[in-house]
Amino acid sequence: MQLSLSLSKWQTFAWLIGLSLSVPLLFLIVESFQPDSEVFAHLWDTVLWDYVSNTIWLIVGVCLVCALIALPLGWLTAYCEFPGRRFFEWSLMLPLAMPTYLIAYVYTDLLDYAGPVQIALREWFGWQSPDDYWFFDIRTLPGAIVMIALVLYPYLFLIFRTALREQSFKLVQASQLMGKSPSQSFFKVSLPLSRGAIVAGLALISMESMADFATVHYFAVSTLTTAVYDTWLGYYSLTAAAKISGIMLLFLFLALTLERLSRPTQVVHERQSSVNSTTLYHLKGTQAWLASGFCWLILAVAFIVPTWVLVDYAINYFEQAWNDSFFLYAWQSLKIAFWVSVVLIIMSMLVVFNQRVSHGKRVAVPGKLASTGYALPGTVLAIAVLIPLTLLDDKLNTWFEGTQFEPGLLFSGTIFALVFAYVVRFYAIAQGAVESSYQRISPSLDMASFSLGRNRLSTMLSIHLPLLRRGILTAALLVFIECMKELPAALLLRPFNYETLATHVFQYVSDEQLELASVSALFIVLVGLIPLYVVNRSMEQRS
Amino acid sequence: MHSLVLENLSYRYDGEAVVNNLTLNVEQNEIVCLLGASGCGKTTTLKVIAGLIEPFQGSVSILGKAMNGASGFIPPQKRNIGMMFQDYALFPHLTVAQNVAFGLTIKDKSARESRVAEMLNLVQLQGYAARFPHELSGGQQQRVAIARALAYKPNLLLLDEPFSNIDAQVRFQLINDIRRIIKDQQVSAIFVSHSKEEAFAFADRLAIMDKGKIAQVGDPKTLFQRPKSKMVAEFLGQGIYIPAQRVNGASVETKFGAVHSLVELGNMDAKGEVYLRPQHITLENCAQGSVKILNQRFMGTEYIYRVTVEGQELEVSHPAHEPLDLTKPISLKIKAHAVNFFS
Repeated sequence: MQLSLSLSKWQTFAWLIGLSLSVPLLFLIVESFQPDSEVFAHLWDTVLWDYVSNTIWLIVGVCLVCALIALPLGWLTAYCEFPGRRFFEWSLMLPLAMPTYLIAYVYTDLLDYAGPVQIALREWFGWQSPDDYWFFDIRTLPGAIVMIALVLYPYLFLIFRTALREQSFKLVQASQLMGKSPSQSFFKVSLPLSRGAIVAGLALISMESMADFATVHYFAVSTLTTAVYDTWLGYYSLTAAAKISGIMLLFLFLALTLERLSRPTQVVHERQSSVNSTTLYHLKGTQAWLASGFCWLILAVAFIVPTWVLVDYAINYFEQAWNDSFFLYAWQSLKIAFWVSVVLIIMSMLVVFNQRVSHGKRVAVPGKLASTGYALPGTVLAIAVLIPLTLLDDKLNTWFEGTQFEPGLLFSGTIFALVFAYVVRFYAIAQGAVESSYQRISPSLDMASFSLGRNRLSTMLSIHLPLLRRGILTAALLVFIECMKELPAALLLRPFNYETLATHVFQYVSDEQLELASVSALFIVLVGLIPLYVVNRSMEQRS
Repeated sequence: MHSLVLENLSYRYDGEAVVNNLTLNVEQNEIVCLLGASGCGKTTTLKVIAGLIEPFQGSVSILGKAMNGASGFIPPQKRNIGMMFQDYALFPHLTVAQNVAFGLTIKDKSARESRVAEMLNLVQLQGYAARFPHELSGGQQQRVAIARALAYKPNLLLLDEPFSNIDAQVRFQLINDIRRIIKDQQVSAIFVSHSKEEAFAFADRLAIMDKGKIAQVGDPKTLFQRPKSKMVAEFLGQGIYIPAQRVNGASVETKFGAVHSLVELGNMDAKGEVYLRPQHITLENCAQGSVKILNQRFMGTEYIYRVTVEGQELEVSHPAHEPLDLTKPISLKIKAHAVNFFS
């Protein structure tokens, strides 16, 4: 006897998941239209516009610096042969693994008055005091822009480079044969053809830089993200925090729309294996060394130097940094990440399976609803999760009033809030990975299974699940790592006296004592390298 | 002066010789086809000629000018070569006219426009100047590609499997059109293909490639009638080998009787094999016949019979308008033809 579930049950599951994951955003929007006490009005009158303009400048600045770094790197590694090209193809992605607060900390340490760079300069030139010379201050908005750009440029690099290789390689070859120089080919062919990819990459970078909390908080640059954080922790006003979040949602909506509109449409064409090994321009002599040098410079500044400094800390402070709290917080982080991954795999499997077996116009709606938490900045997400959960706790406590049972902050004050927030935030990643491996399973396999007498559940368990194994593992891994690295939502939602590895490290960053948490910091960087490896490998398999 | 000279050209990929000591000349205003199965190195050869990849050794010279070697490597953009790609590689963001004008070096605006108009006229696409590539059919896109490749008067035209994406019905019409255009513009061309029908219809001379080398060069008729190797014979026709004994310069003896050759058989060993194509054999109703028909395929103008005789299976072509009576005994005879004899 096979266990069987009717189609309507599958649909019910899918809709339940979709609706419950879209609750936070819905509540956030409703809350942001609530009338507010004086907090928001006060902010409006005083600092809010500084926050907005800082945020805009941050986004514009990061996009600009990313473009200056990523476009030349992408073009060089896609079209030119020079020493180390193959190595740079993947190694220039490494900075993605570096949390911005770590790179910001390292450079502050290196570049401030007591740091080795200024000491060396003073010794070299014989300067005595800060009055004798000018040195830039990294803890400013421009400093934050550069730090964030160093970590985010790989998004644009990857997207631009892929567009150059896969969409316009042949066309640039054609242009070259028609007598055009490399720069003529670039401006007449590559640039117009990859404009969509560039805009999509920059939109992604805008979203990420707007969401960045740690660097701007550490540098004391007030942006909308830090405003949400401060409003909640300073004034305990959910409504005011929700209103600021609402402004961020507008920015986010703009960026997402831009990304959707300009996402490069997949051009169908045969991929010749030889494209992978050939390049268009053989750089020789000085040109080759300049290209190599530029790549080395970026890689060193964005990854090698910060990692090296962290390793140096970890070696020198090993006794203090390799301690029980590292294991405790690592264990707590791993536990949360594990449960979030398990929950998300089950949810996304149910939703995607329903999409596959159901028919009708609305099959995709539950998945879209469930994905609404995607791209929400961590602080906004935290506020969005707190609104329904505090309401729920309120009701619960009223309900049990006068009885022995006191639920307290059962939802908003426990680890549940954090897990729920991560589920909302990372659902889209899980669904994307499961969906893309589902697409590789031919629908005729389902029909074969049904025609051989299997029902839906049995088809899912005995046919889909084994074939999806790798996709599911990839999804779980990506979600797991995102959970390990996530910082701002954890800062706002963690229960009292509860730390994840990221909040633990950030605490020490804020206290200017990263050395003492250097093992944890290195661990976060290492964990962040894993998805790069996975993505790289799946790209190699694709080609 | 030759249009193109390739001398002892070699190219290696991952330590394997993809092009191996290849030598070939192309005369002026001549169309030469590099014909071969996939992986034989023909596209790599084309890329070496274009300068898209550098040869491992050997030399390329175009109109007597060395493209590599002692005087340095000439990059593709300085070779004045026209190339037609398999997928046409039209620029999707440019109109037909802008595509055709892309390679022109003429600065004067009206001169540019008149050259573009002239080219569009040549490929019979007047009135399509403002369209974008995706608004054209496959055949029209191909004609834009040829117009673009010829507009700047290249010294040499390279065509990489240009007809493989075209429907079979219109393919040969297009082959004729493009051959006419190339001949009209008096440009030498090298054409890469794996289809012998396309090659026969399009090229003046064929160079059959095998494992990075040229197995034989010649006009289609010579290659077909006097293949120098079994590989060439097999590539050009689906026949079989029958053991044979050379009697003299004009005939061989097989188990199906003596076969008269229309070409001199040369001074070869007495024992060997002949390569028989379906067209070399005839069937007829005959009382002593011992041929067994295994199956027949109707091909329109002919039947192809698969038969077995004296323990040998072979295919025979037979005109469709005089069908055999399959109920009566059938015998087999080998026609006098240009015998391919291999020792």
